[in-house]
Amino acid sequence: MNAPAYNFAYLDEQTKRMIRRAILKAIAIPGYQVPFASREMPMPYGWGTGGVQVTAAILGPQDVLKVIDQGSDDTTNAISIRKFFGKTAGVATTTSTTDATVIQTRHRIPEAPLHAGQVLVYQVPIPEPLRFLEPRETETRRMHALAEYGLMHVKLYEDIARFGHIATSYAYPVKVNARYVMDPSPTPKFDNPKMDNCPALQLFGAGREKRIYAIPPHTDVVSLDFEDHPFTRYRFNAPCALCGAGDSYLDEIVTDDKGGRMFVCSDTDYCESRRLAGHRGSESAAPHKERAHG
Amino acid sequence: MYVAVKGGERAIENAHRLLAHERRGDRDVPELSLAQIAEQLSLGVDRVMTEGSLYDRELAALAIKQARGDLIEAIFLVRAFRATLPRFGATEPVNTGEMQVRRRISSTFKDIPGGQILGPTFDYTHRLLDPQLADGFVPERPATSEATQQATPRVTDILGRDGLIEPSPEADADAPVGDLTREPLSFPADRDLRLQNLARADEGFLLALGYSSQRGYGRNHPFAGEIRFGDVEVEFYAEDAGFAVPLGSIALTECQMVNQFKGSATEAPCFTRGYGLAFGQSERKTMSMALVDRSLRARELGEEVIAPAQDEEFVMSHSDNVQATGFVEHLKLPHYVDFQSELGLLRKLRQEFAEANEAPDMQEAAE
Repeated sequence: MNAPAYNFAYLDEQTKRMIRRAILKAIAIPGYQVPFASREMPMPYGWGTGGVQVTAAILGPQDVLKVIDQGSDDTTNAISIRKFFGKTAGVATTTSTTDATVIQTRHRIPEAPLHAGQVLVYQVPIPEPLRFLEPRETETRRMHALAEYGLMHVKLYEDIARFGHIATSYAYPVKVNARYVMDPSPTPKFDNPKMDNCPALQLFGAGREKRIYAIPPHTDVVSLDFEDHPFTRYRFNAPCALCGAGDSYLDEIVTDDKGGRMFVCSDTDYCESRRLAGHRGSESAAPHKERAHG
Repeated sequence: MYVAVKGGERAIENAHRLLAHERRGDRDVPELSLAQIAEQLSLGVDRVMTEGSLYDRELAALAIKQARGDLIEAIFLVRAFRATLPRFGATEPVNTGEMQVRRRISSTFKDIPGGQILGPTFDYTHRLLDPQLADGFVPERPATSEATQQATPRVTDILGRDGLIEPSPEADADAPVGDLTREPLSFPADRDLRLQNLARADEGFLLALGYSSQRGYGRNHPFAGEIRFGDVEVEFYAEDAGFAVPLGSIALTECQMVNQFKGSATEAPCFTRGYGLAFGQSERKTMSMALVDRSLRARELGEEVIAPAQDEEFVMSHSDNVQATGFVEHLKLPHYVDFQSELGLLRKLRQEFAEANEAPDMQEAAE
């Protein structure tokens, strides 16, 4: 039988070079979707194969990898991907946002600010921000080429006419470097401002759709809006029940079948670091230290 | 006190252990061998090799065993392995005209040079469950006779001699072979890439599309010119040796559809072609593929594109079952943060709706 043997970080070097070329092109043209010959990965399409290929292509033996899904290091798919690289690349892994050199994420941007030298790798399901307005790739590529984004503005306007608000709460479209409209992947729009002028390199990988795009460090990223309907972030108006944070994106936890709810940080590393530093929320047993300070 | 959800790592490990246990089934029942799968579930193996794009019966059998008989999962396993294999180059085009035929039929001519050879087929069997097969049934040995020395030329070649069918495009031997697993696909795609996509495409998807074209969604009047199944030699041009070296033989099924004719003031009318090719014995697949190949040639043949089967972007973007199953099933992954975002918006809209509708009521009550 042809017993399989695998390279460092799973992909063969030829494939990695091909992906790196696509990444370099993506960095050179911020927000532009670069087609690449995505490979079949040993996890299903839609489960992060684009992000995994980007990570595999940029990972070196000295890197420290963090993987999050929904902001958490402990969701099953994040664990699965972290273990995959632990096994195939033998790199150090961490849950700390500050310690990581490469962070692969699905649906969130960490709360702790990223710093220069870090790479944030997004898993992207549908890279095309215009896809739900125009299903044909031939058409949307033409629209990007001509920077013909009127259709998107009409869609946002129709939302306002119908609902009084722009009814897009995640995967909220942005304009990168004043040129390309880009899908930030299905992150809640709460995270959009973190992409702007970010000191870290942001790479986006869509495996099934075979596209890579990028936001180089310190690039302008503007969420689309109107002068009289400016972009607003959404955050449930409560502090985290565990760490008391008033500035983090919250998960809603259903605690019983009688309408009981609690809200906790979606970013588990952020929440844990705050609790280690002595911050407490309403549901934490320990004394509320921060209250002593008024 | 609420404790954040933890323990995913152990949950995964235990789930994998449980899966392995379920895969084995009742341990008092003998375990399946790869040879049993390869020999007795051979059409499943053929499908996994075809849609997995890897000709290796043993690995396909292993994939079917590992996937508990879920063929799409098995195809996925084979694809993921194939993606890591180095490429040495492309073989010489195989010559299906020189196939060692095990089955070969034409629905366009009653008799053809080399004859109609029924071979192993479900066609004309009565689909009655056979209780004999349940246990220990030993079938009769097949009837044999001297092999004929007569050549079995392709039916389309016979039609081609009289110019009744459009010529098959001549491949440029030196042109690089398109490969959508190595180069990202862009539209419009040439026929080589379309055929590669269709060869890897989900059999069920192609079956439904082919069927839809027969029912009037882009009708193209097909005849099964010929379906042949058998073994062909594979050769590889060795740079060092300076000649083509035989690598071995593979089993293939080929379907050539003969379709409605085209013609114009300057061009004599002739039949057109649809083509299907797959590993092993895969007749449903190759016939469906040939129907869809012909449908996708609408643009090239100047036909109006009105039906899904003719729409190359629609067909090629949705034909791959490994991609499709991944994206459909990824809905199982957590979507807490996006859902939370939607929930927030919906609550806000509902509140505004309630406020807007409350106001007139109160006014009414006051009156």
